[in-house]
Amino acid sequence: MIKHKVVLLFPAAVVEQPFLYHLVKDYDLFINILRANINPKKEGRLVVELSGEEKNYEKGVRFLESGGIEVLPFEQQMIWNEERCTHCGACTVMCPTGALEMSRPDMIVRFDGDKCVVCEHCFKACPARAIEAHY
Amino acid sequence: MKINKTYEEINEKISKGEAVVVTAEEIISIVEEKGLEQTAKEVDVVTTGTFGPMCSSGAFLNFGHPTPKIRMSKVYLNGVNAYAGIAAVDVYLGATEIPEADPANQNYPGDFNYGGGHVIEELVAGKDVRLEAYSYGTDCYPRKKIRTFIRLQDINEAFMFNARNAYQNYATAVNLSEKSIYTYMGILKPNLGNANYSTSGQLSPLFNDPYYKTTGIGTRIFLGGGTGYVAWHGTQHNPCADRTDKGVPRSPAGTLSLIGDLKQMDPHWVRGVSYIGYGVSLMIGVGVPIPILNEEMLRYTAIKDEEIYTQVLDYSESFPQGIGGSLGEVDYGQLKSGTITVQGKEVPTAPLSSYSKAKEIAEILKSWIQDGKFLLTEPVESVPSVDSGKKMNPLKIRR
Repeated sequence: MIKHKVVLLFPAAVVEQPFLYHLVKDYDLFINILRANINPKKEGRLVVELSGEEKNYEKGVRFLESGGIEVLPFEQQMIWNEERCTHCGACTVMCPTGALEMSRPDMIVRFDGDKCVVCEHCFKACPARAIEAHY
Repeated sequence: MKINKTYEEINEKISKGEAVVVTAEEIISIVEEKGLEQTAKEVDVVTTGTFGPMCSSGAFLNFGHPTPKIRMSKVYLNGVNAYAGIAAVDVYLGATEIPEADPANQNYPGDFNYGGGHVIEELVAGKDVRLEAYSYGTDCYPRKKIRTFIRLQDINEAFMFNARNAYQNYATAVNLSEKSIYTYMGILKPNLGNANYSTSGQLSPLFNDPYYKTTGIGTRIFLGGGTGYVAWHGTQHNPCADRTDKGVPRSPAGTLSLIGDLKQMDPHWVRGVSYIGYGVSLMIGVGVPIPILNEEMLRYTAIKDEEIYTQVLDYSESFPQGIGGSLGEVDYGQLKSGTITVQGKEVPTAPLSSYSKAKEIAEILKSWIQDGKFLLTEPVESVPSVDSGKKMNPLKIRR
């Protein structure tokens, strides 16, 4: 079993097709939707956790890509800009999962992407705007 | 006291590269190990640091004259209004100013993505800043408008002048109401969801010199990555606040007004910041050296987080309404641990002022002094202390 957090970008032309149904039915993948959104241009964005047999996962990703969907690794999409961060910790009390955490006693903020559920609460809680979403 | 050193003696050691300099964090264990007398003999300077949002900050700028000349009366830098009610091409750009077109809190809570603090950061970073100015025109200054770009290195003068920095203690903010509130102390979640505080505790300048014995007018300091000076006591300076037996105030007390050359500064230590629903501000790095003239000064600098207390205030009701009343006293050791207990509830804490950056500032100032590049100055005048009787007055509404 493997588990990956990915950002799926759906072009407007395919946004009405039931891709997730096929991931479950044809590729036996577990899907955990963390965030879903369709913008006014009808482009879709999903942040999901996909898990299953490695072979099935790879086939599933190929299936998505053949349908015109961009599959992007989550770690490259949600970025904590360490250079910009002042380690003030304002985000750490807003983050519900402990993905952004103050390490003690050195009082340095650390980001663990595995724990992030893309609630986006940190975006505006950060005075230095050091958390960037690239999706 | 058995140890008595003068500023001159300490400076002579600094010049020779022989001064013993440690940070306000390092001094704690040294004193615990060696005692006051021995440590006072060995250590010459203790360096402090703080890096937090300091709203009462800004910069005086002189752009130089274009031809024909202009008496600027409305000035915008990257769209942010700068105060032009001074001489022709001088302005004061305040850290909390927002662009006139910013919707502010009309769409509550407002984002406040950009303002004076960010313009100051961009100037310090050497970036081009758009200057737009208008005038009514005079015989001596006929031009009525100008649009151009400026850069810090090209303008005549640029110096930071901050009316209130380096607050000696600050309240811990919580929210007792049932909805989130958006404050200058950050987002406060309902029902005691979090507690935000804002000082660097044992590293903070005025916690290490609680009676302002060596920190006064003319004291040379680290300001924003360059050298600066204490210009005056700061606004809302309140030396007569209640203190512990170690002399440390239990609530906001002393403040400093600081001045320094913007051209020497580093954007790493001068950072525009945004507080959702509140506004913009500027995070500034400040570091003050404390000469160990005797055992008494050493004892002040050996203060630790567990011996510094502050009050927990409700920012949903008692703070904004000026009702007062602390929900309890906590120490900075507890605050730094990540949770405090308020009304029987465990509440997670966040500092807002960066302890790790404060430590870095104390280290930088330490290396400047060790390298003989930074000499200490004796204040030309003290700032008002506990014997001044100075009080903070509220504004009375008259009819």
